[in-house]
Amino acid sequence: MSELTSNDTAPRRIPDRLGSPLRARLLSWEMLLLAVAVAIFIANSLASPYFLDAWSLSDLTFNFTEKALIALAMALLIISGEIDLSVASIIALSSTLMGMAVQYGVGTPGLVAIGIGTGLLCGAFNGLLVTRLGLPSIVVTIGTMSLFRGISFIILGDGVYKGYPSSFGFFGQGYVWWVISFELALFLVTAAIYFFVLHKTSFGRRIFAIGNNHVAAQFSGLRVGQIKFVLFCLTGLMSGIAAVLLTSRLGSTRPAIAQGWELEVITMVVLGGVSILGGAGGILGVVIAAFIMGLMTFGLGLLNVPGIVMSIFTGMLLIIVIALPILFRRLRNAKPA
Amino acid sequence: MKALLKQREFWLLAVIVAAMWLVSLRSPGFIQPASLANILNDTSILIMLALGQMVVILTRSIDLSMAANLALSGMVVALLNIAFPGLPIPVLVLTAAVFGTLLGAFNGLLVWKLNIPPIVVTLGTLTIYRGMIFVIAGGSWVNAHQMTDAFKALPRGSFGGISLLSWFAILVVGLFYLLMTRTPLGRSFYATGINPTAATYVGIDVGRTRFIAFCVSGMVSGVAGYLWIARYAVAYVDVAGGFELTIIAACVIGGISIAGGIGSVAGAVLGAIFLGVVNNALPVVNISPFWQMAISGLAILLAVIFNARTERKRGRIILKQAEHAA
Repeated sequence: MSELTSNDTAPRRIPDRLGSPLRARLLSWEMLLLAVAVAIFIANSLASPYFLDAWSLSDLTFNFTEKALIALAMALLIISGEIDLSVASIIALSSTLMGMAVQYGVGTPGLVAIGIGTGLLCGAFNGLLVTRLGLPSIVVTIGTMSLFRGISFIILGDGVYKGYPSSFGFFGQGYVWWVISFELALFLVTAAIYFFVLHKTSFGRRIFAIGNNHVAAQFSGLRVGQIKFVLFCLTGLMSGIAAVLLTSRLGSTRPAIAQGWELEVITMVVLGGVSILGGAGGILGVVIAAFIMGLMTFGLGLLNVPGIVMSIFTGMLLIIVIALPILFRRLRNAKPA
Repeated sequence: MKALLKQREFWLLAVIVAAMWLVSLRSPGFIQPASLANILNDTSILIMLALGQMVVILTRSIDLSMAANLALSGMVVALLNIAFPGLPIPVLVLTAAVFGTLLGAFNGLLVWKLNIPPIVVTLGTLTIYRGMIFVIAGGSWVNAHQMTDAFKALPRGSFGGISLLSWFAILVVGLFYLLMTRTPLGRSFYATGINPTAATYVGIDVGRTRFIAFCVSGMVSGVAGYLWIARYAVAYVDVAGGFELTIIAACVIGGISIAGGIGSVAGAVLGAIFLGVVNNALPVVNISPFWQMAISGLAILLAVIFNARTERKRGRIILKQAEHAA
């Protein structure tokens, strides 16, 4: 990703003293996001009397959990300095192969294995091309994005796969306890695992090291290629899981399934404070960003705002949230001079 | 001759010619002049857009908002055409160009003045521009019967056996060739991409060059917006949906390095023509058009593997020359 940077000519700003921990915590990205989330939540509950209801709050989680699951792995991948634009196409291919298996009478456990396995293999394919052949990930995954969804189109054409077994419906429609859906529970558990891996293990530190300076990381004895390969596999795996959930929720497969999700997933990750240039970011921000996007889509939906107009808000949110800290920093730097 | 064999444009041309020859074995009509003119006509808009994207990619940036810009500019001129049917077509084309440039300039300003990575900026503006189409059109479509005949006629007219749309593309290719090879601005796009630090030392404002590159891609998208809407005689929110990636695919196949600084007008044009030939050949050889997506995906992967190898080789050769000099 570093080749797409625009600030490689600007000198890197080195802080001359460290801020106090409390102040740093108050000004942190996560707090800013949390404030935005709370603001949207309050605005929603004022705007619509139907918003503050356990079941409608539960419903709103369905429109982001699948994307957010992919965003967790994508965050790690982007922190390591790579990107995967093929995630939505992996969903399409996984879903198509699951649909195909249904025609041969494969049961629910088999379908889940096929869906997740396909995702893992697609991720491994991306990872091999990037790490073994040393190709830029943005181009490789633009290519595999066409390739994976293209295979779905070859298999399905303009057709549709239906007839998933009823037990398969649990993953996308079932509830674990009261209003907590299986999808939400899975997302929260997975987010906790990703938080632990990225922030509490040496594997996580290695991802940051690679993203900050992959040459230095290589000289420090890190297996850069191997770690990046694992991250591509993880992203593929999460896309496979998302494919299982989405297919189960919709109950049908078309080749255009999840079209355009790659951009929404990346928006979620960047909004969550992960630097698109690699080397910085955290899981907590991504989780809050996922909730922000879910809250906003759902709230605007309650107000009968069409989906396409919501995308204006998503786009502006992305640009403003990134531009504001840059403007503030510039103002603060300008003052002493 | 040896130099020619080293050029990736030559190999791409050879692949295209070979593909066309193979298809013509099955159906000789494919390489008749009328069929070739048809392929050129189908590919014209992609050629123009690929050239605009090339300039941006050369400066180490990327413009994901081109297709959305195209759709929005197209909708704006379509609505103008309904509101003021008397407006002459050149005025509408100019409006599309200016409007597209403004949208591109907005991208460019964010990249230049705020230093936000281009991929993030254009990801955001891509969704904003698409949403704005819905807002300005009130969610409705503009259909053929609402447009004036003059509006629809321009790209469909023909001159000398090929369509005016194709002539438009040829004109744009010529202009880009002059811009990239004969002007300081064209050279500064390359300099900015190949080594931004060195470019700064020789007095090129890297940020400003990137800004201009985004204006260029915006202008091309604007004009292409009018041509697209006039050609298909319909304007709606999802016009050219997902086309931004086809444009980038044409550039990658044409050998334009996503790392910046490497690429040529001929490459971008051939990359676009390759995709056009594939799209037109599939129905002729009785392959379902559903294969099209997978084939272009495979082409992108093969092209990037091929490009990476030639770029690496070139690096070694330069080192050898340096050793000889010493």
